[in-house]
Amino acid sequence: MIAFLIKRLMHAVLVMFVISVLAFAIQDNLGDPIQQMVGQSVPESERDALRERLGLNDPFIVQYVRFAKNAVQGDFGYSYFYREPALGVIARHLPATLELVFAATLIIVLLSVPIGVYSAIKPRSIISRFFMGASIIGISIPVFLTAIVLIQIFSIGITVSIFPESTSWGAWLNGFFSTQGSMPSFGRGYDLVHVIGHWDTNLASWNGLKHLVLPAISLASIMLPLFIRLIRAEMMEVLQSEYVKYARAKGISMRRVYFVHALKNTMLPVITVGGVQIGTMVAYTILTETVFQWPGMGLMFLDAINRADIPLIVAYLMIVGVIFVVTNTIVDLIYGFVNPTVKLTGKPA
Amino acid sequence: MTMKTNKAPSRLERFRDSFVWYSFKRDRTAQLCLAVFLCLVMAAFAAPLLAPTDPYDLRQIDIMASELPPFWIDGADEQYSLGTDAQGRDLWSIILYGTRVSLLIGFGAVILQALLGVTFGLMAGYLGGRVDAFLMRLADIQLSFSTLMVAIVVGAVVKATLGGAFYSQYAVLMLVLIIGLAEWPQYARTVRASVLAEKGKEYVDAARVMGLRSKRIMFRHVLPNTLSPIFVISTVQIANAIISEAALSFLGLGMPETHPSLGSLIKAGFDYIQSGSWWITLIPGAVLVVLVLSINLLGDWLRDVMNPRLYKG
Repeated sequence: MIAFLIKRLMHAVLVMFVISVLAFAIQDNLGDPIQQMVGQSVPESERDALRERLGLNDPFIVQYVRFAKNAVQGDFGYSYFYREPALGVIARHLPATLELVFAATLIIVLLSVPIGVYSAIKPRSIISRFFMGASIIGISIPVFLTAIVLIQIFSIGITVSIFPESTSWGAWLNGFFSTQGSMPSFGRGYDLVHVIGHWDTNLASWNGLKHLVLPAISLASIMLPLFIRLIRAEMMEVLQSEYVKYARAKGISMRRVYFVHALKNTMLPVITVGGVQIGTMVAYTILTETVFQWPGMGLMFLDAINRADIPLIVAYLMIVGVIFVVTNTIVDLIYGFVNPTVKLTGKPA
Repeated sequence: MTMKTNKAPSRLERFRDSFVWYSFKRDRTAQLCLAVFLCLVMAAFAAPLLAPTDPYDLRQIDIMASELPPFWIDGADEQYSLGTDAQGRDLWSIILYGTRVSLLIGFGAVILQALLGVTFGLMAGYLGGRVDAFLMRLADIQLSFSTLMVAIVVGAVVKATLGGAFYSQYAVLMLVLIIGLAEWPQYARTVRASVLAEKGKEYVDAARVMGLRSKRIMFRHVLPNTLSPIFVISTVQIANAIISEAALSFLGLGMPETHPSLGSLIKAGFDYIQSGSWWITLIPGAVLVVLVLSINLLGDWLRDVMNPRLYKG
């Protein structure tokens, strides 16, 4: 176990090293810091002197070590746009993104497990078929399009008039399919509750929750079909296994067999995929936050790109790298603990 | 000498007897999806013939005719069947051209992915040892990030380095490169897994004993036997590449608005959705969904038929 732990940690450190080299190479190659610092009239000789003093003429490795030393201490330089430490800017935007991811994860877990289990138990029922069909449509709709459709339906509103208005059923159907746009479609709202430090929460007020609903549903929509299909496939496989047949033959109630015996083993692969996908959601937050103008890290990153705010871009890459590496390592460790048959020390398959 | 009576069946005959064709004849969904997909592809590549206006020609654009609704809504101009966008371009024409751009990038990116992934996957699986460890570790690292994330970061950095104008000029090429580089590990892993299964078989030993070079064994003997999983993931990858392209364009890292793909049409229209002109963004969106959905359903069908053991997750 210890060997496995050390191996995983070594892997994590290696990945972080690669990411930091890439991030530094970006910083090194994008733009000329001297040009950002001095005015037009500064002569070339003084520029060279400044370059020498700042150590920009040092070899790549020397500069990288300096960068890594500062980065480990949380110093990524100053954001050009905000004129404050880049890490502080990210810390300010992080809670909004984390709350969004948390809300989306909650939706995914609460919906995918029951639907996945149900459609594995009754694969031929109409409801299961409906969910399977809906899930492949869900996979085919890009997350930003889901977001736009949600905005159109719930915050702008649609008026349906295809049914004849003169008949009573037509009027009723028109009214039934039309929606009033009342949901907020951008920002976090005015009623944020301060928790601690940079963390203002959307989760503690009615207005805040209302602002959270549409972005969270959009973000969840991309992962939900994937998890429903995964849980269904794993569950169907488990239901074929000998021990489930044995439990059934022993006369244990079906509900207990499904939810205690079968579900446990179904969740094993779901944990691995799930952990990786939660990291993946960070990428989709960029899209969701752009549509809803949600002031989180993703929107900040996109703004930083458009402003060529290099220290902020580099800091974002490093922080996201840490998030990915940490989630992946934790998932691997959990998997190692939960499933003793996994090869702990041997080569990865 | 006796005449050979039964000659080897031709390719077409073999295809007609195959299980793929048999199950295709029985599957209504697959037939419908293939029909829809082929219609979209043909319409897109016949865009210059089908489109009433040329959206790249500024002389044919009338800014006074901007934001006109499609034909079933009051206030439509019959000249523009699906309405016009904010710049006064005919929506039907620009969607045809946009679909062509999206398909071009999707197919280009998948071809690049397949070239890289198949080569690396073959090398990793067949040569093993250090090459295998290095390539698969690389794939692991890249896959532990989401491919979309990699594409966004690479796109952003390339755009910042080369400058916006240069990037827009070569946007198609850039997007093919970015999406191709971001997704090769999928192919590499699939190919490696089936190469490892094939490697132990006797025909490979036989070829080696005959003294063939490993390059020849890899490409001429092992590769043909790993084709069916490659086929299956290719359909899914085309759908993914089209979605990735749309996502990059939506973020402003893809096709410019003067030469739009479906993604940049959606992005351009999104600015006008609050003023009630929903068709500028939702009609291209619907086309994108139909395109991707038909490819995904075809992929589902193909996977059920060929049933290769794909990597989960």
